[in-house]
Amino acid sequence: MSMIFAILFYLATLLFVVGLLSRIKLYAQTPAPLKIPTTPAPTTKTGVAFRLTREVVFFESLFKANLWTWAAGWLFHTSLLLVTLRHLRYFTDPVWGWVAFIQPFGIYAGITMLLGLCGLWARRLFVERIRYISTPSDHLWLVLLIVIAVTGLLMQFVAHTDVVAVKTYFLGLLHLDIGSLPSDALLLLHLFLVFALLALFPLSKLLHAPGVFFSPTRNQTDDCREHRHLSAWAGKLESEK
Amino acid sequence: MADYTAPAYRTIPIVPALKPGAMEGKGPFIANDKHQEALGFPGQLVEDWHDKAIAKMGDLLGKFRSLRVYMDACVHCGACSDKCHYFIGTQDPKNMPVARQDLMRSIYRRYFTFAGKYFPKLVGARDLTREVLDEWYNYYHQCSECRRCSVFCPYGIDTAEVTMAAREILASVGMGQKYSNEIIGKVHKIGNNLGLPEPALRDTLEGLEEDVKEDTGLDIKFPLDVKGAEVLLITPSADFFAEPHIDGLIGYAKVFHATGTSWTLSSMASEGANFGMFIGSYEQLRKIALRIREAALELGVKRIVVGECGHAWRVAYSFWNTLSGVGDGADETDRFAQMLQKQLDHRYKQPTHICEFTWDLIQRDALKFDKSKNDRFVITMHDSCNVARGSRMGDLPGGQFEIPRNIIKAVANNFVEMDANTTRERTFCCGGGGGLLTDDLMDLRVKGALPRMEVLNQAVQEHGVNYMAAICAICKTQFSKIMPVYGFDRRMVGGVHQLVSNAIILGDK
Ligand code: HEM
Ligand code: SF4
Ligand code: SF4
Repeated sequence: MSMIFAILFYLATLLFVVGLLSRIKLYAQTPAPLKIPTTPAPTTKTGVAFRLTREVVFFESLFKANLWTWAAGWLFHTSLLLVTLRHLRYFTDPVWGWVAFIQPFGIYAGITMLLGLCGLWARRLFVERIRYISTPSDHLWLVLLIVIAVTGLLMQFVAHTDVVAVKTYFLGLLHLDIGSLPSDALLLLHLFLVFALLALFPLSKLLHAPGVFFSPTRNQTDDCREHRHLSAWAGKLESEK
Repeated sequence: MADYTAPAYRTIPIVPALKPGAMEGKGPFIANDKHQEALGFPGQLVEDWHDKAIAKMGDLLGKFRSLRVYMDACVHCGACSDKCHYFIGTQDPKNMPVARQDLMRSIYRRYFTFAGKYFPKLVGARDLTREVLDEWYNYYHQCSECRRCSVFCPYGIDTAEVTMAAREILASVGMGQKYSNEIIGKVHKIGNNLGLPEPALRDTLEGLEEDVKEDTGLDIKFPLDVKGAEVLLITPSADFFAEPHIDGLIGYAKVFHATGTSWTLSSMASEGANFGMFIGSYEQLRKIALRIREAALELGVKRIVVGECGHAWRVAYSFWNTLSGVGDGADETDRFAQMLQKQLDHRYKQPTHICEFTWDLIQRDALKFDKSKNDRFVITMHDSCNVARGSRMGDLPGGQFEIPRNIIKAVANNFVEMDANTTRERTFCCGGGGGLLTDDLMDLRVKGALPRMEVLNQAVQEHGVNYMAAICAICKTQFSKIMPVYGFDRRMVGGVHQLVSNAIILGDK
């Protein structure tokens, strides 16, 4: 079991990193031939950085669009961030100071994350419009995340696992040294689903995370009259003239 | 007469229930082989449309980052789902922006992604069939490319970009839209959307001079093809004869006259509109824009000013610098753009919107008004989608909202706003933009105008509004046609420069 999970761990990490980087590279290399920021838009690069920050940190546009979705979505994502950072304690020794500091918040974040996810799923199930646009995979992603959250919380509050052994195992994996993993079902399920999430990330709608940074309507500066913006393929049309 | 009626106003603007299939149909008339071939598209549906369409899609995915990212990034959160005026007006779920995108995304996933190739059902992927093509044609011609959805999407996904790509793919396999393609053909052949040749245009302008003389007693000129003029005015050709557009043109001419600005129209480029954007063709977009560059070079003008037209201003403001070099800041080595940019006067923004032009003069006290001339109006402002969400005026973001309002307030006493959820960047499209301003889409146009009409009606009830200003030729045409269906007077819509024209005092300068 320890061996299988070690292989899964390496494989999932590899797929995640390679998949994500190649996707980012593809986005970066695809030209944006026309200026299409959704106006009013910032007129400077700093302004654009602020706009993107507001989108990523506060989900500004979503806030304008729908308060319920925003509340559930924002709760889920900020919780997810805290939870993820908290998990760094299983990969660092000694545990970094700030990781230790957020530890208690990270635990409650597990609960709020679950709340957020349930809110999002309820919306998907009960709001006619959202149900109409949902594909099976949209539901499955939420189920996957919910099960990850639930198994994690169960280990935290109900059926404790041997976290020290888990930590030793993962620290070992970082040095390509495969130790032994406790084999309670909850832990194995939790880990398996996280690996699945990582591996599937670059193949799925989770690409919204890098996507937001590459969206021309959000990341372009409104300086159309002051600077000539010309992509390579569009420039070629001129020399052919 | 008409087989279309206005849908009922919603008492409270709640999101309407879905009516699947409400707008199923054939879509607008398909372009015939003559119209298609004039633009270099195949005359009819080609034999190998399936492979051609997929290949074209791959081509566009490689050329447009917007399409590439937007196909991947949507999480089906539904934030955009109730933001489209066509969805609100028709209740057809496929008019929800995300569902409209999914018509293409389902194909993208099937042919371009791992998940869609091996697990199509799971991610809602499907094969490209003849039915899908027809469905595309129908529903991608129920989007006015107004970008309202992109304001609310957490990733800024712009359905207009998807619609443009879809129309480009359709045209490239032989399914172009008659209305847009026919018009583009006229622009190339004659110089404007209306197909008004130079002698007819000259006649019209002379007639106009006489009318204005009768009205004001002054010799206000409407010059055509004057070499060495300072300003080249590019305006939608509807301004030359359609009501209420023409009153706007008279307004521009009065402003030029009052300040002694030498200006000219061009017969080669007697059209501000650029339907290349509507059909999503970069090549057409560019080709149409180049006429203006040529006219500017030939006439040797120092400034290019653009009349009241929504998508034309988006193209001018956002794209001209890229497409044709009308603008500033080209590289020293960029000979193509420098050729023109050296000629233009960079103390002014190039291009300049006529509202920027007039507002600048007002600020410098160069114009005098008798505001009481507009006292019979209670005025409100309908922000046109392309101006609001695809361009700017002045130096600050949002100038496209402030400047026209400032002008109105400078020339009239009664101005009120409509519901803030439907103005500025949240404005609703008039229902006729994006190449849909055609009689074969009347039913859609009436339904798509519902959200705007609801809010206008509110303003009429509360404030007695009787003039809705718009700075877009399409808005003006669309509203004069559909407002009677909603029980309003067709003359309630008019331009900003129509108000300027009413109030301006032309002394013996
Ligand atoms: C830059 C980082 C990210 C940003 C800005 C971001 C933003 C958003 C926004 C605005 C939504 C729509 C609202 C909602 O449904 O919650 C969303 C949905 C979603 N995000 Fe993220 N996200 C990010 C990273 C992630 C990551 C790392 C995951 C990985 C697990 C994730 C998983 C999801 C899921 C599953 C949904 C769909 C929720 C639903 O079905 O309703 N996101 N994201
Ligand atoms: S661009 Fe406008 S018309 Fe098209 S889907 Fe979005 S809101 Fe609707
Ligand atoms: S708002 Fe954006 S991400 Fe959400 S469903 Fe609409 S297009 Fe997709």
